[in-house]
Amino acid sequence: MSRRPNPGDPAFLRGLTRPRLRGPVTGRRDVLRLLGATGAGLALAACGVEGQGGKQNVTQSDVQKYWEGKTKNGVLNWANWPGYMEEDRATLKAFTKATGIKVNYQEVIQENAEWFGKIEAPLRAGQSIDFDLMVMTNGLQLEKLRQLGYLAPLDHSKLPNFAENAGESFKNPSYDPGNTFTVPFMAGITGIAYNTKYVKEEITSIASLWDPKYKGKIGMMADSQELGNFGMFAIGVDPEKSTPDDWRKAAAKLREQKDLVRKYYNQDYADAIAKGDVWITMAWSGDVYSLGLEDVRFVVPEEGGTLWTDNMCIPKTAANPVDAIMLMDWLYDPRANAGLTEYINYITPVPAVQEIVKQDAAKAKGEKKADLERLASSPLVFPTERDLAKLRRYRVLTTAEESEYQKIFTPIAQGA
Amino acid sequence: MGRLRGRLAPYLMILPAGLWLAVFFAVPLIMMVSLSLQEGNLIDGFRQTFHWQNYTEGLSTYGDKFVRSLWYGLLATVVCIAIAYPVSYWIAFYGGHRKSFYLFLVLLPFFVSFILRTVSWKFVLADNGIVLGTLKNWGLLPQDFHVLQTSFAVIAGLSYNFLPFMVLPIYVALERVDPRLIEAAQDLYAGRAQAFLRVVLPLSLPGVFAGVIMTFVPVSADYVNAAILGGPQHTMIGNVIQTEYFNHNNYPTASALSFTLMAILLVGIFLYARLLGTRDVLEAAAR
Repeated sequence: MSRRPNPGDPAFLRGLTRPRLRGPVTGRRDVLRLLGATGAGLALAACGVEGQGGKQNVTQSDVQKYWEGKTKNGVLNWANWPGYMEEDRATLKAFTKATGIKVNYQEVIQENAEWFGKIEAPLRAGQSIDFDLMVMTNGLQLEKLRQLGYLAPLDHSKLPNFAENAGESFKNPSYDPGNTFTVPFMAGITGIAYNTKYVKEEITSIASLWDPKYKGKIGMMADSQELGNFGMFAIGVDPEKSTPDDWRKAAAKLREQKDLVRKYYNQDYADAIAKGDVWITMAWSGDVYSLGLEDVRFVVPEEGGTLWTDNMCIPKTAANPVDAIMLMDWLYDPRANAGLTEYINYITPVPAVQEIVKQDAAKAKGEKKADLERLASSPLVFPTERDLAKLRRYRVLTTAEESEYQKIFTPIAQGA
Repeated sequence: MGRLRGRLAPYLMILPAGLWLAVFFAVPLIMMVSLSLQEGNLIDGFRQTFHWQNYTEGLSTYGDKFVRSLWYGLLATVVCIAIAYPVSYWIAFYGGHRKSFYLFLVLLPFFVSFILRTVSWKFVLADNGIVLGTLKNWGLLPQDFHVLQTSFAVIAGLSYNFLPFMVLPIYVALERVDPRLIEAAQDLYAGRAQAFLRVVLPLSLPGVFAGVIMTFVPVSADYVNAAILGGPQHTMIGNVIQTEYFNHNNYPTASALSFTLMAILLVGIFLYARLLGTRDVLEAAAR
């Protein structure tokens, strides 16, 4: 069998139902025979599925073939995470003004794994997912999208701004060599956030997440990579260099913490820490900065934090890929990127933005001025090389390693 | 020709329903069984192995989640009966000409999305939210008291969301009870309690039975309430299946778990029907 039959594929359904329509049903025995035929068809259909991996290596001619005959359509559907765009969508409006492309922007991604689960079936069947551009973290799911050939290979001749303005550490990353399929949208740090209204000590160590004092008020993340990384930091292991043995030890460490944890969160931890449902939690740098609450503080624990990148990519079945790649490139114009960075407060892949924020701060007045000055000097948004050295990256997992990794870490967030 | 058509008529009449069942129930079910006996991953593909280890591994890893789901299902069903029976009784016997209005009130929550209603409980019951925050400020509750992320919150959410499914069948059963039967019982010197216990209650049991099936089955498989209102100690089997399927693309394990859940529920329902000694209650409830 060369292709996995998709239960939603009309051709497959037709194939299954055709025997029924061949002649009139005349007796009970025929009904049984038809049922038998259906069963046989299913047995055939169900004899397994061939692998689809290994499509991450593309040649220049693949790129050409993909982009050939594709033109700008004037519309763009963008799937992104909550909190990744100004409330008034100023950046998108500026883009529409500059290019005439209307952007339908939706905050539909809450978690990488869940999002991947949703788009996997239509992409496998070669169907549109109704989005032309999406943002995914450099984790397991992005790797799967690459290997399965579900992403459009980028035509770098259409990305001059990226070539000119992207920071060196954002080019040619290990998770997507040569930026074949992705360019970074924003990067951020996973660390610890705590509410000083309830936590009366200065938090510096990851061990505080295991402190029985905070029982029932500790938040952890459900994502198995984020969670696993923190387990490894807690036992003094660098996730990027970890072995399956380290994973098991880290999992045991995380299990010790189980009764103290209020919940293993997705995006909703930010809400929980703001409302006081949790007092101390794993957190993403930009979220905490955006909350803008005096009581909620973000720290990179001394054991280490993770640096991750959220990347823009184009699903292969996109209806408007040219519009999507135009937006990608436009965001690498420092002026266009500055407004976005000023709002979302993550690490921008365009270093020249820092200068612009400083200039904006010089021009601004009052509260706005203070905000922008705080931003321009924030190590969370514009980390120094020394800060960056303290941070670790996700480990790139092979398919075999991944299944072992998942078996070890996923039951934890399920309370097992 | 006419005779042939006459012989075909019953089959033609059952054809739409039969096709519906075949396409939307039998086919997915068979695919699920086949999937549950495969092995592999998304990148390398899945192979049909006809090994049962997905079932045995699923049960040994997540056995406690099965038990918890059934336990929560049972508790929520009992809570639903306790609330729904008096409500239905009152509407059926004292509702007067406003009966349909009261029933409409019972159904009113359905006009708002299930998810939205559950999420709003999260706001209402937040640790320092409008209810608990106020009570804590008055010193009526200790500072670390919380309702969210407890099994109480999950069971309450389940009961709240599935209550109408219990009210309606019980109401239908009670509505059919002829008031003259109660009068007759009283004529035969039955007190009010006796008339209820020996006349009304037995006549309404088919409704309760149908209500139990309509709540217990979906409640045991629910994952929304545990995800929104529960914590890591309250994960139900529905959450596990959802995670395995959508987050880990581990389709074989998810299928095996789903099938196990279905088998457990079916066996449970048949046992329950046997115990009640009402093999034809489903039919009675449908009448």
